[in-house]
Amino acid sequence: MATPAVTRPRPTRGHGPSPRTETTLRIVAPVAVGLLVLGAWQFLVSVVGVSDYLLPSPASIIEEFAAYWPSIASAMLITGANSLVGLVIGSVLGIALAALAARWRPVDRMSAPVVASLAVVPIVALAPVLNSMFGADSQFGRQAIAALASFVPVFINTLRGFRQTTPVHRELMRAYAATPGQVLRTLTLPTARPFILTGIRIASSLAVISALVAEYFGGPRGGLGSLISTSAASSAYARAWAYVVASIALGLLFYLVTLGLERMLQRRAPQAGGRP
Amino acid sequence: MSGQTGFREARAADAAVEISGVDKVFETRSGQVQALDTIELTVAAGEFVSLIGPSGCGKSTLMRIIADLDEPTGGTLAVFGKSARQARLDQEYGIAFQQAGLLPWRTVAANVALPLELHGVASAARASRVAELLEMVGLSDFADRYPDQLSGGMQQRVAIARALAEQPRLLLMDEPFGALDEMTREKMQTELVRISAETGAAVVFVTHSIPEAVFLSDRVVVMSPRPGRVREIVPMRLGTDASARAARTEELREERSFFEMVTAVREALHGSPVATGPRGVEHR
Amino acid sequence: MTDTGVRETSAVTDAAAMTPARDIRPPRRPGGPGRVRRGFAQWAWGLAGLLVVVLVWEGYKLLGPADGVVVGGARVLPRTTDLAMPHVWEMIGRLAEPVTRSPSAQPLWLVVALAALTTLGIAAAGWLVGVVVGVGLALVMQRWRIAEWGILPWIVLSQTVPLIAFAPVVKSWGSRVEIGAFEWQDWMSVALIASYLAFFPIAIGALKGLQSPDRIHTELMQSYAAGYWQTLVKLRLPAAVPYLLPALRLGAANAVIGAVVAEVSTGLQGGIGRILIQFAGQASGDPAKAWGPIFGAIVLGLVAAGSVALLGVILKDYRRTEEAA
Repeated sequence: MATPAVTRPRPTRGHGPSPRTETTLRIVAPVAVGLLVLGAWQFLVSVVGVSDYLLPSPASIIEEFAAYWPSIASAMLITGANSLVGLVIGSVLGIALAALAARWRPVDRMSAPVVASLAVVPIVALAPVLNSMFGADSQFGRQAIAALASFVPVFINTLRGFRQTTPVHRELMRAYAATPGQVLRTLTLPTARPFILTGIRIASSLAVISALVAEYFGGPRGGLGSLISTSAASSAYARAWAYVVASIALGLLFYLVTLGLERMLQRRAPQAGGRP
Repeated sequence: MSGQTGFREARAADAAVEISGVDKVFETRSGQVQALDTIELTVAAGEFVSLIGPSGCGKSTLMRIIADLDEPTGGTLAVFGKSARQARLDQEYGIAFQQAGLLPWRTVAANVALPLELHGVASAARASRVAELLEMVGLSDFADRYPDQLSGGMQQRVAIARALAEQPRLLLMDEPFGALDEMTREKMQTELVRISAETGAAVVFVTHSIPEAVFLSDRVVVMSPRPGRVREIVPMRLGTDASARAARTEELREERSFFEMVTAVREALHGSPVATGPRGVEHR
Repeated sequence: MTDTGVRETSAVTDAAAMTPARDIRPPRRPGGPGRVRRGFAQWAWGLAGLLVVVLVWEGYKLLGPADGVVVGGARVLPRTTDLAMPHVWEMIGRLAEPVTRSPSAQPLWLVVALAALTTLGIAAAGWLVGVVVGVGLALVMQRWRIAEWGILPWIVLSQTVPLIAFAPVVKSWGSRVEIGAFEWQDWMSVALIASYLAFFPIAIGALKGLQSPDRIHTELMQSYAAGYWQTLVKLRLPAAVPYLLPALRLGAANAVIGAVVAEVSTGLQGGIGRILIQFAGQASGDPAKAWGPIFGAIVLGLVAAGSVALLGVILKDYRRTEEAA
């Protein structure tokens, strides 16, 4: 659908920045916004005098972070492990079921509404009963929540990826009299790969979020989520924020690792289907 | 609107488009690209001029500069004696692109009405004008359809009706039939000849089809690429006034004079570059 | 107007925020004789899918070992006792029974429904705030590219981190913030969390939508000498509808999740989050009861997303491109 106009080099106009300035601004602008927010935050706390329970100062959060580092580290390990287990299980199940759905139409028709519903319901509501199903001392309830949450985007993206093969390629394979296994190896999987990886990347964030939130619903203590709520309940707000910072770091870690994985695998094999 | 009409009459002597020494340089990440180099061209009021040339010769860019969608890097440009910007603000031209560019959520009638709506034409006047335009392009029965329910040729006719909505004295068309099949294309060309004769508007028509340029135009401007230059302006002997234009019919496509003109344009396009043009490419 | 039709939003944006939303496919072309039958078939297949889930549950309960499957000290499959896995019919039957033994007790389903309505109200308030802020921010980012460059990376980044972790912290605002006659209510903490979960997908979807018009359309408006507002109303907003609807739906689902989680972590009374915890606490004596609020939460999510889908039916003329594409 691209018009010829689109492929033409972007015209410079009187009020548009040159390509070089644009590259610079794209880096400078977000940094500036970040610094501005941080500055405004510190200003609110130290000059305007916003109370601690509303907004602790960045400095005091860093202090608490350093002071409680051992407990933060072990909490990150627990929540991180739950997220990782959930992500792996969810991704494997998602890819497997998507492959079935792509292969057999009835599976697709039965799973589509269920998955679509799963995408909009609060999965974490299952946390309390999962705790009683697996035992109150088990982390598996949280891992199951993370797995369910990861399953949805992986399934959806994988299925879409499997559908990306173009008729011309399929007909080419048919003309070569390729076996189903060959078609899978040389056409379907390479086409679907970028989609699968995108699904896993989205799932990675969801896995951390779900594993963490599931801790609010009871079960064994020691993870980031339960420590945030205990700290907040005992009015140690700066400490609660320190744990929040740790969970943000954990979320970022998961995201960046999966993003790196995606980039690495994509570079080795330039994507066949392209992004939707 | 009446004041504007008076103004138009006062400046009727102006040429539709006057281009002199227009340059265009694009800044890209990989450096500068000279798209147009000292273009000289005048389009008289009511004249049909085609711009033809291979890809990258800057014909579309030239049209976009006339439309004030791009700004020239150098040189001067007047549309009916005004700056291109003023001409755009005064809605002196109507425009049609290669893609019909209809808004998918509007019916055919609402698409044609869009420019009228934007410029505050009352709804009754709008409705009657839209009916008239759809009649002209033969789509009266399709007023309430949506663009996705029309064929490519029909969509393009809607786009032409939309371009004509405000009775512009200048019509800018960027390969409007480029995406159509050959048969639809010929039909559309015949209709365009009829419509332009009816409205008496000047047309600047970008194409890369030689027969299309020959069939439609009073003059064909042949351009060469990198940098975009006017290589030659070939006058057509196919009749230049509106009545002669109306006489251009399907039969013309089979006449000897038509083929002679096609040959003339072909030679201008493919002929030895050193012999033509004020500044050849021998230094490159 | 300096818009070049091809403004690339980063691939990250695309995937992180929009992918889950776009996948819930919009209904196909409206009208047509086969539509009713197709709609019916879809429901039938969906029910079949649900039945498979139920069969797996009951099948495992029947065949699985009572103490679950333990591999290397970790239980990987659940216990199958009635306490851990009540029969599906017991869960459903329990809905009709009174919530407690007291003679004046309301039936469970009513308690769940009332709690779900409370949560829905709070989530809706949060969603509305999210819509206003999200669309507003998208308008700013569309209008000034420098704003997009400055803000969008942060929005994308915040998508990838568990911002919901703030929920217990926001609780501390309750009844301690007073601005003039305005006093911060507990439910507002919940709505606030719901709103910031709703906001991100809406901001990104709206931005993508506002930037979606093809260059040909923006130039057409430019050739009509149409100003910013005219272009916004006649072109950008209508063109944004197909992008905005899934974003709004995702936002609604997120608002419900945020509200439920926030109710749990702030301990707000009256909503479904509270009874989720409360009834789960009674599960040792009444295992089927804990499933009531879960069904409530599921219906809540579906209703929230479904209401936005209804909006899509009203705006169907603006979604023609989805079908053409």
